[in-house]
Amino acid sequence: MADELLEVTDLTMRFGGLRAVDALSFVARRGEITAVIGPNGAGKTTVFNCITGFYRPTGGGVLLTHADGARFALQRLPGHRIARRARVARTFQNIRLFAGMTVLENLLVAQHNTLMAATGFGILAVLGLSRYPVAERQAIERAREWLDAIGLTERADDPAGALPYGAQRRLEIARAMCIDPVLLCLDEPAAGLNPRESDELNRLLLRIRADGCSILLIEHDMGVVMRISDHIIVLDHGRKISDGTPEQVRADPHVIAAYLGEGDEDEVPAEEVVA
Amino acid sequence: MKSALRDAVLSALVALRPVPVAIAVAAVFVGRLLLLAWRGRSRAAARHANRAFAERLTQAGKYVAPLLLIVALAVPLSGDRYYLHLGILVMTYVMLGWGLNIVVGLAGLLDLGYVAFYAVGAYSYAIISTTYGLGFWTCLPIAGILAAIWGIMLGFPVLRLRGDYLAIVTLAFGEIIRIVITNWVSLTNGPNGISGIPRPTLFGLKFTPAGGPGSFSDFFHLPPSPTWRAVYLYYVILVLALLTNWVTLRLRRLPLGRAWEALREDEVACRSLGINVTVTKLTAFAIGALFGGFAGAFFATRQAFVSPESFTFIESAIVLSIVVLGGLGSQLGVALAALVMIGGFEVFRALADYRMLVFGAALVLIMVLRPRGLVAGRTPTVALGRKREISAELVAQGRG
Repeated sequence: MADELLEVTDLTMRFGGLRAVDALSFVARRGEITAVIGPNGAGKTTVFNCITGFYRPTGGGVLLTHADGARFALQRLPGHRIARRARVARTFQNIRLFAGMTVLENLLVAQHNTLMAATGFGILAVLGLSRYPVAERQAIERAREWLDAIGLTERADDPAGALPYGAQRRLEIARAMCIDPVLLCLDEPAAGLNPRESDELNRLLLRIRADGCSILLIEHDMGVVMRISDHIIVLDHGRKISDGTPEQVRADPHVIAAYLGEGDEDEVPAEEVVA
Repeated sequence: MKSALRDAVLSALVALRPVPVAIAVAAVFVGRLLLLAWRGRSRAAARHANRAFAERLTQAGKYVAPLLLIVALAVPLSGDRYYLHLGILVMTYVMLGWGLNIVVGLAGLLDLGYVAFYAVGAYSYAIISTTYGLGFWTCLPIAGILAAIWGIMLGFPVLRLRGDYLAIVTLAFGEIIRIVITNWVSLTNGPNGISGIPRPTLFGLKFTPAGGPGSFSDFFHLPPSPTWRAVYLYYVILVLALLTNWVTLRLRRLPLGRAWEALREDEVACRSLGINVTVTKLTAFAIGALFGGFAGAFFATRQAFVSPESFTFIESAIVLSIVVLGGLGSQLGVALAALVMIGGFEVFRALADYRMLVFGAALVLIMVLRPRGLVAGRTPTVALGRKREISAELVAQGRG
């Protein structure tokens, strides 16, 4: 059941002389939560931007395969098509909600393409002649399901910018899910959350996985990463230094070195110094 | 974007009357100094009062809009041609303001060259009607569509630009259209303009002041009078303006309008949700231009004469000021601002040159008291429960 969903091969992204991502290859499997971790500046967000079409990679390829066999070379698709055709959704490290629109409107904008198809090029809907009202009712129903899932039904008519921080994070995930993705890319969803909110997030992500959407996750909160990930990829300086299950990664000396630093300090374990 | 808006308004003022503007600037400087000193003592209280005022204004808006509509419908009852012509002028700017509101207020794209579409509409009607002998109602959609095509042509090169850069390029575009019109003498008759443009007819009935066979007054057995034409023109522009308003209000509640507003809020997020940003921006330009083109065709038929002088930058600046003073995205605010700016300007006619001073002071007063426009805030397009006004602080102003 765990076949390849996303294959990244030799992905390279250069900014002038800086190689932010250097010949990175990894695989994310369908139905799994794959975490990408690494110290600050390791190139995690750059990888995300390459996958979701915000950057055009300098080299390498990103191949997405749907369950029905349809394949998409993401490095060549424009950003909006990646979301629409390849059905890859994402959230942002610094929350990007439509702050001046209500929570419900945020979730309806996410269903733009489905709704737009029901308006008959807009002209019929302006004249009130299309099946748009039906489509909108369905969209609202779908939004309401997600609002129930993230516990924001009560606040559906409040502006998104007025929500507390944790709720904004959950809303951004719900909004991304409203495009009906096969792969959800989350950029530090637990940043700034308190422990209770982190637990809620874990439950939400596990629920999304159970519903059949695979997740690619960048996260610093190891509590979240170790508990829910099926597979972890560790980056440092744009290169992959480890790849495996949470247990394997936790035990990998390269990972420990990257996180704690290696050098000539006393606290470095003896065997590291010998090696 | 905010600074570019301010620049546009200020340069328009300076271009019109430099000396009164200088006096106004001095007066404002002193006034603002005193205001700051006064505010420093009770800042928190002032801010609270301001918000309460804003809420009350929004509440009152529910009754103001129908009231304005009734007054607008009743203007011809006065039978005074002065009020009719003033009404026509105000309604033209209301329509232009509503058209520009789509681009600036909803999609958040700062357009300083809106007059270009007005000019394209006016000249399209003028040239087509004088060359092929077609009537106003036939040419109206053609003029609108031609203006919309220009909107798309402007849209393509400027899509990559944002904020101030977008403003500068649209400004240049407005000037290019005017200069082309001035110099393409074989088509547009250059600076002399095009005269003898056909007047609009009502199902083929002409509005000749002297009456005569086939005229409106003859058909309905009314005494011949030039007032009939003014009344007819007034209702034509009223209907066109209300059409603009109706289409905008409908579009706001459709995915396209919501995508415009989402674009104003956050373009990057739009892209991540699969919204084609290019197409969405182009539709905003095209639909805004379409209504600008309609208004232009109306202008041509009202004047029966067009020349490049009518389409200078000051027109763009006035329309933009109306949108900004009214409150970005607010239909009622734009109507009020047009009434205040165009109608109010006429009220102070007796003051001769000094009315620019009053005008400038009024603008500054509104900017100080209501920095986000007369009717700030945003009404949600859809709600599970009751629609509650969203305060202006949360709503983005767009960066193009």
